Amino acid sequence: MMAPTRREDHATQPQSPSAEVLRVQGLRVAFDHPLGLVRAVDDIAFSLRAGERLGLAGESGSGKSTMALAILRMIKPPGRIDGGRVFFDGQDITDLGIEEMRRLRLAGIAMVPQGSMNSLNPVLRIGEQIADALRDHDVPGAEHAARIAELLPQVGLKPEIARAYPHELSGGMKQRACIAIAICLKPKVIIADEPTSALDVVVQRQVMQTLAEVQRNLGAAVILVGHDMGLMAQFVDRLGVMYAGRLVELAPIADIITRPRHPYTKALISSLPSLERRAPMLGIPGLAPLLRDLPTGCAFHPRCAEVFDRCRGAKPEVRQVADEVWVACHLVEALP
Amino acid sequence: MSVLLQAEHVSKHFPGAGFGSPGTVALDAVSLGIDSARPAITAVVGESGSGKTTLARVLLGLIAPTSGRVLYHGQDLTTLDSETRRNFRRDVQAIFQDPYEVYNPFYRVDHVLTTPVRKFRLAQSKAAERDLIAIALRSVGLRPEEILGRYPHQLSGGQRQRIMVARAVLMRPKLIVADEPVSMVDASLRATILGSLAKLNQEMGISIIYITHDLATAYQVSHNLLVMYRAAVVEAGDAERIVQAPQHPYTQLLISAIPQADTNRVWLDSNREAAGTAGPAGCRFAPRCPRADATCIAAAPPLLKVAPDRAVACFRYPDGAVLSELAEVLTGHDKAAVEG
Ligand SMILES: Nc1ncnc2c1ncn2[C@@H]1O[C@H](COP(=O)(O)OP(=O)(O)OP(=O)(O)O)[C@@H](O)[C@H]1O
Ligand SMILES: Nc1ncnc2c1ncn2[C@@H]1O[C@H](COP(=O)(O)OP(=O)(O)OP(=O)(O)O)[C@@H](O)[C@H]1O
Ligand SMILES: [Mg+2]
Ligand SMILES: [Mg+2]
Repeated sequence: MMAPTRREDHATQPQSPSAEVLRVQGLRVAFDHPLGLVRAVDDIAFSLRAGERLGLAGESGSGKSTMALAILRMIKPPGRIDGGRVFFDGQDITDLGIEEMRRLRLAGIAMVPQGSMNSLNPVLRIGEQIADALRDHDVPGAEHAARIAELLPQVGLKPEIARAYPHELSGGMKQRACIAIAICLKPKVIIADEPTSALDVVVQRQVMQTLAEVQRNLGAAVILVGHDMGLMAQFVDRLGVMYAGRLVELAPIADIITRPRHPYTKALISSLPSLERRAPMLGIPGLAPLLRDLPTGCAFHPRCAEVFDRCRGAKPEVRQVADEVWVACHLVEALP
Repeated sequence: MSVLLQAEHVSKHFPGAGFGSPGTVALDAVSLGIDSARPAITAVVGESGSGKTTLARVLLGLIAPTSGRVLYHGQDLTTLDSETRRNFRRDVQAIFQDPYEVYNPFYRVDHVLTTPVRKFRLAQSKAAERDLIAIALRSVGLRPEEILGRYPHQLSGGQRQRIMVARAVLMRPKLIVADEPVSMVDASLRATILGSLAKLNQEMGISIIYITHDLATAYQVSHNLLVMYRAAVVEAGDAERIVQAPQHPYTQLLISAIPQADTNRVWLDSNREAAGTAGPAGCRFAPRCPRADATCIAAAPPLLKVAPDRAVACFRYPDGAVLSELAEVLTGHDKAAVEG
């Protein structure tokens, strides 16, 4: 028998482990900007298995939130999706009508947007905001109160909070209310964009425990967008790392932590602050590239510690380099 | 006078929403002095909802304390004359927790940078203004050519947050109150931004109050740590030592809950907390405390000075003397030594 690990709670594997619940193919998003096209998401592909937890990390501004919004077709002008397809539960949802897409949000794929705690309606009580979501998806009014009373404790809030207004809650409590809204229709995929970056680590652990429980009960998959590598290490099965709109590495979390392969991932891992030893805080030198005028070749090459000639001329493709490991870097040998 | 800002027994009580609703004590008798002769980075960590932002807002004069007072160079913030108020507005800068609510959606982001430059006449010419802003933006890892001219909604969360840091840096204040300044950026940028705040502290003698949930960066950059739980400071002192040997049971819980980048650790499935009993006048942590006894339920422990650089509000440390002002256990570096 294997020793118990952090994965213990995750032991209930989905019925067929390979069942794919979401697939993203060649997704591209651009923003029209007076000075040129901003390519915020560039040719991203990955798939998500039922019940899986996928993390998405990467530089600030690298396109994580845009990608998440693009999956739900929530990109607003001047932004537009200009390539790629998204499959949910085997169905191509790329060209769904507006009304069908609306139904899919929350009930199929639910999103906890970044900073959503600040977009709660200030004049509506928390309970009313959850009821709005339920009503929107045709849950009978008679069930609302009971559903809300059951939901709030799941995210660590007292049922009384249903009567509170957002301004009466701390940042952390508001964020938990947003998670309650996201899970109120028991979706199959939950996309959580930095859901716990506003919470203390004790509450964060409770909330992630809640997400884990919801997920186990529903067999839902989770895409966790965030910057906290500690949280990623403890929660996700696989991690995708984005840089300048591209997915530069995708691998099982333990691989990424112990053996990052892309030089950006390596630099990211080595800039993690230790709790044992104090050292000067140093980030990756240089600035993130200008998205509307990317460097030639690999977008990371001007900041890369291992750059060589080919990196300046040719853009590295995403290639499979080991079982379950994909990397976009000229340094890494592809599988034959 | 060297004490820039002094909070004296400040409490903040928010009334409840309806009749009979008890309201919230968001801050309970906190005393904290910021001495500009010993500029320090003081991290404030603790529970969500424990009053960290409230403490920041009281120190910034944005909300008036229900009781107690905040003094700027010895003068009560609520009664400053306009000249002193203007100096206060320049000396004490804020980086707000919510980078969304600061921006006016109808103005380009340039506005939040040019306004203070003009108001406080920080630049003599247009060109000097541009340079000043560009330097500040680059110090937080932003490209001026990419950022300027955009509207707030055209920027990512981390980009907006960093503009707020750039704005505070631009002002060259004596104190920066930074409420979660890097919660939305990656580890590398966190290091860059906090590294530049640490440099401001060392080289320009700027004191920094760094409110955060990220204990690892608090440990890395701060001299001092204040740990808050339910409106009060429960542990205070040297940051490095608190993280390595936390004494208050809440601090111990907090440190043990940090998710670490090590997949062999157990984090999610750690055992549930103890559920004890609360007394109306007892220690606020007693209901969750694994070591609470009858004393803890009967009365609330004051902050006790258990070492020259440590205060803990817990009856398990009976030898300490009662602490009246947090600064007694905090350090900072000697500004004279820095400037000399
Ligand atoms: N309306 C817009 N016009 C032009 N550029 C935009 C617009 N909206 C977003 N962008 C740019 O697209 C890029 C991707 O933004 P996105 O919010 O997806 O980043 P992110 O990876 O989620 O970053 P963070 O970690 O800081 O939240 C950013 O560089 C941003 O400046
Ligand atoms: N304007 C207000 N009206 C009523 N209650 C408030 C108000 N502002 C804050 N509170 C309450 O005061 C307490 C402290 O809130 P505060 O925002 O200071 O916490 P915090 O420590 O900053 O939390 P977080 O880590 O989540 O940001 C909370 O219980 C909150 O609900
Ligand atoms: Mg984002
Ligand atoms: Mg706060």
